[in-house]
Amino acid sequence: MAAEAQSETGLVFHPMEQFTIEPLFGEGPIHWYTLTNQTLWMAIAVLVIFLLLVVGTSRRALVPNRIQSIGELAYGFIYKMVEDVAGKEGVKFFPYIMTLFMFIVVANFLGLIPMSFSTTSHIAVTVVMALLVFVSVTLIGFYKHGIGFLKLFWVSSAPMALRPVLAIIELISYFVRPVSHSIRLAGNVMAGHAVIEVFAAFAAILAIAPLSLLGIIAMFGMDVLVAFVQAYVFTILTCVYLKDALHPAH
Amino acid sequence: MEGDIVQMGAYIGAGLACMGMGGAAVGVGSIVGNYLSGALRNPSAAASQTAMLFIGIAFSEAFGIFSFLVALLLMFAV
Repeated sequence: MAAEAQSETGLVFHPMEQFTIEPLFGEGPIHWYTLTNQTLWMAIAVLVIFLLLVVGTSRRALVPNRIQSIGELAYGFIYKMVEDVAGKEGVKFFPYIMTLFMFIVVANFLGLIPMSFSTTSHIAVTVVMALLVFVSVTLIGFYKHGIGFLKLFWVSSAPMALRPVLAIIELISYFVRPVSHSIRLAGNVMAGHAVIEVFAAFAAILAIAPLSLLGIIAMFGMDVLVAFVQAYVFTILTCVYLKDALHPAH
Repeated sequence: MEGDIVQMGAYIGAGLACMGMGGAAVGVGSIVGNYLSGALRNPSAAASQTAMLFIGIAFSEAFGIFSFLVALLLMFAV
């Protein structure tokens, strides 16, 4: 299908090719231990987070310089969010949520650099994160409340006849959570980058090249906004699921 | 005119899948409009609900992105 398109004449472009995972050192098959461009960009994201949070605040000045104050802003923002949404008991899980937020926001922004690779556009990456959130939140709920965790599905504010039906619906929507959690992030990042590449392909046509350039600028601006908002939404939904696990009430 | 019918089906399906984004746009606009009308009546309470605004936007935008993803997959990854 994509190979057929190459035999056409005229405008041929492959906007999904930017998402292919390739080995870094030119070998053939990809095993679980192969270094790929995905590995490289994840390592760069971890390095950037390390430089920002650890090296930036290493001087521990009382009056922070710029890098330290960015690190403190990020820390305070997520700390306030966890405390507001998940309550005092949720603050125990703050390191996990801070890791999620910093990784997603830095990986999203790194993907915006031209000629780079967006690691969070792959379902493989976001599904692992969302599944870990789902499994850990369920385990936390069962550990804290035992079998009483199932009160989350028993809507006590509804009439008695409706409760079994509502329980089934609540159960299904509980299991759909990791699906929507992961696809939201991957789809947003992939869609933003694919649209930029589609607009860029139209820049080859001289007549509409200025329009195409404006389109690229507009979509890039939206991608910057989406990069931050999607990281924020992933994190705040994690906090909401955590709150549901710590205080299962309806 | 030539080509195979599977390819035609994929392209037509991609075009049909894009109709789903209209619903997502209406949903996002409805959420933001309600937030604005509430914020203009009670500006001091608006700041506390910006978190809920963004959560609501992300939830409803997600379905538009799902349909866009289906369209992209049909177009380029049959």
